Amino acid sequence: MDRAADPLLSVRALVLAPSKTIAFVVMVVALVVAPFFTYPLFLMQAMCFALFACAFNLLIGYVGLLSFGHALYFGWASYLSAYSAKAWGFPPELAILTGTATAAICGLAAGSLAIRRQGIYFAMITLALAQMMFFFALQAKFTGGEDGIQAVPRGTLFGLIDLHNEMAMYVVVLVIFLAGFLFIYRIVHSPFGEVLKAIRENEPRAISLGYKTDRYKLVAFVLSATLAGVAGATKAIVLQLASLTDVNWPMSGEVVLMTLVGGLGTIFGPIVGSFVILLMQYKLAIVGEWVLVIQGVIFVACVLLFRRGIVGELANWLRIRL
Amino acid sequence: MFEIFGIPSTALFGQLLIGLINGSFYALLSLGLAVIFGMLNIINFSHGAQYMMGAFAAYLLLQYSGIGYWPALIVAPVLVGITGMIVERLFLQWLYKLDHLYGLLLTFGLALIIEGVARNHYGSAGMPYTVPESLQGGRNLGFMFLPNYRAWVIVASLTICIATWFVIERTRLGAYLRAATENPSLVRAFGINVPRMITLTYGFGVALAAFAGVMAAPIYNVSPQMGSELIIVVFAVVVIGGMGSILGAIVTGFGLGVIEGLTKVFFPEASNTVIFVIMAIVLLVRPAGLFGRGG
Repeated sequence: MDRAADPLLSVRALVLAPSKTIAFVVMVVALVVAPFFTYPLFLMQAMCFALFACAFNLLIGYVGLLSFGHALYFGWASYLSAYSAKAWGFPPELAILTGTATAAICGLAAGSLAIRRQGIYFAMITLALAQMMFFFALQAKFTGGEDGIQAVPRGTLFGLIDLHNEMAMYVVVLVIFLAGFLFIYRIVHSPFGEVLKAIRENEPRAISLGYKTDRYKLVAFVLSATLAGVAGATKAIVLQLASLTDVNWPMSGEVVLMTLVGGLGTIFGPIVGSFVILLMQYKLAIVGEWVLVIQGVIFVACVLLFRRGIVGELANWLRIRL
Repeated sequence: MFEIFGIPSTALFGQLLIGLINGSFYALLSLGLAVIFGMLNIINFSHGAQYMMGAFAAYLLLQYSGIGYWPALIVAPVLVGITGMIVERLFLQWLYKLDHLYGLLLTFGLALIIEGVARNHYGSAGMPYTVPESLQGGRNLGFMFLPNYRAWVIVASLTICIATWFVIERTRLGAYLRAATENPSLVRAFGINVPRMITLTYGFGVALAAFAGVMAAPIYNVSPQMGSELIIVVFAVVVIGGMGSILGAIVTGFGLGVIEGLTKVFFPEASNTVIFVIMAIVLLVRPAGLFGRGG
């Protein structure tokens, strides 16, 4: 049977790696019981950001490409999802698809420009392109400028499930998040993923082995942008809001921070990181602008002291892979 | 008054002047970035924040110790440059052996800290800083009105840019710098203290940013977020010019400022984005950048 066509492979790979299976089961159980103990809205938001961070990690962790402009895909998917749901009356599933497709197209355009340069330039290009699209969002009529798109209807999923019910919405977000997570897991552990890791370790060598690395990088970039789009589009439906915050550069920095705190290149790190950072933002909302300072301090501390991140350090300490 | 392409000449030359002013700041900042990158192999994301620190230093010097514009033009860059050197000793020196990305991430964190502290103390509204008395007023050139202060900014930044280029490309000190960029261990073997040179280079690059900040204070208001918006445009400028050439950084900076100014006249909606669009076109046509040598 063709390896690439086996849909059960990701599940099988999980079974073969016990530490990851245990971590995955713990995560699913925690997410299933969590809404009975804490605010479902917070958890849904956290899952959207977790998927966003996982998508970002696909690039930095497994291809070694630092995109400093991932807010572009998250934010524009969020806008198109919100707009199509509100102005065109799209049902939620179509709205999310519209947002995701937008992110994929933006990812294809930005990615094919950015992969023309390496390393540090790649980061600067992605940041600059994201800033350009921020200005478009600022000037375009349909985005609502400073107000954003508010009061987006959640609608009825497939015409059956009313998403204004908080629990129904929660289950939908959980399913989207887990599907996205398993998809990324599948990518990373596929032959395609192995080539990506080879590019991360030594690109000239991968080229000399006959791989068209630019194509691999572009596909990885588009996949990452698309998944960031799924996260952004879903977030717009959950919070019923799309705003300039989602496309602006601090959002790009935030997803970098989440991934760095959790652990670059670990499969669970971005999830832990996004929960930690979001929790911090909620708890510290009272201190206002100091959040910015604290985030900066965490950045500095992570780079100097904990480059492996929370999950990376934990895995290292337990001598397992997560 | 006369018209060019249906645009009144005063409007055209006015925007051209603003373009040259913006270009001066692009040139000074991308020059600093290029100097720092050459020596430290780090993209200094906090460059915008340090530019803002320069403007704040000038503002605070005036508020609390009555030190005016002219002394501040020297004192503020020195002070900010010293904080830069402390940052290099405390943080950056541990990163040289790591991937470039960590330098970017660390300096991004520093930028957040600096901007956050400034916002906590001064809110996000801008504070005015008056033009020094000796440079108030302006002269009528016949086709346009030229404020003295703006003329001074253009002349001063051009002078600093060319002086920097001269020091790096034409003096013995510059030769050491360039040699240490190529092969630090060899230069060390000749008895030159390379780590100290790296610290001083970072301090100098940061001081350049602060100098630009002081000059910007009377033109734009002094505000905490004045740096973060500028630095992203400067990144695009650096991508267009490539960081391999000092002269390239200067030419690209001024050139793009002028193009941006002209866009404001002919197609104002695009003036925010024109530099990014040019960056995209350059990447398509000449991926290595206008003055780049690969990479």
